[in-house]
Amino acid sequence: MVYINGKEKDAAGQSIAQYLTENGFDSKRVAVERNGDILPKSKYESTILHDGDQIEIVSFVGGG
Amino acid sequence: MTEQEWQQTLEQRHGTDLQSKFSSAHVAVCGLGGLGSNVAISLARAGVGTLLLIDFDSVDISNLHRQQYKTSQLGMYKTEAMIQTLSEITPYCNVRLYTGKLTKENLSLIADCNIICECFDHAEYKAMLVNSVSEYYPEKYIVAASGMSGLHSGNLIQTQKLGKRLYICGDGIHDVKDDGTLFAPRVMLCAAHQANTVLRILTGKFDA
Repeated sequence: MVYINGKEKDAAGQSIAQYLTENGFDSKRVAVERNGDILPKSKYESTILHDGDQIEIVSFVGGG
Repeated sequence: MTEQEWQQTLEQRHGTDLQSKFSSAHVAVCGLGGLGSNVAISLARAGVGTLLLIDFDSVDISNLHRQQYKTSQLGMYKTEAMIQTLSEITPYCNVRLYTGKLTKENLSLIADCNIICECFDHAEYKAMLVNSVSEYYPEKYIVAASGMSGLHSGNLIQTQKLGKRLYICGDGIHDVKDDGTLFAPRVMLCAAHQANTVLRILTGKFDA
């Protein structure tokens, strides 16, 4: 199980990019924390989710 | 008011140790709208030594309902208007200006700053700045904002920490596209979270 935004998800084996697309995230608006570090955008395709990973996805909204 | 009088006042209020940390700080404020104009004023008042103010836009009548500008500043670049306001509040803050857009290509503009405040309007630019700074300047702290539109409860505005050096202030939910507009107090609440987080980082308090 992968922990994404505090919830258990059966997402091991997927790339971050796949997970974002399949779950309706706009990758142009997100920041992703993986196991305590901000994951560079250039690594979304090549980073595979593993069991036990702690992922936090923040989707920015407009206004300022 | 002389520079010495101002420094003495800050040291009396904040203590010498804390004030020396604020005085030696170099903070970038990226975007000078409702968030950035309030962040810049708060940090200048606190005695932050150097501010880099970045914005491409001019002061418009539609900004006056929530941004820290005046009718006398209509048509001025926001950078020029803000340095004018800051010099009236405290002429001894060292203020640098960049009037233009901050992009991935000219990100080196912020190379000398310790802390980067993301005060943009559009979600894509917010994410671009946060991700670019995290990737290319991993040693810098980023204080971003997301979710401060509408008239929702002020108690929803919080500061979240992501990774080791990224802080995101706001309710994380309410988008100006859905709410239609922003109101001065709620934007100021979010900007106050950002400025408070900057001062806390400078003090060595790194939790959100």
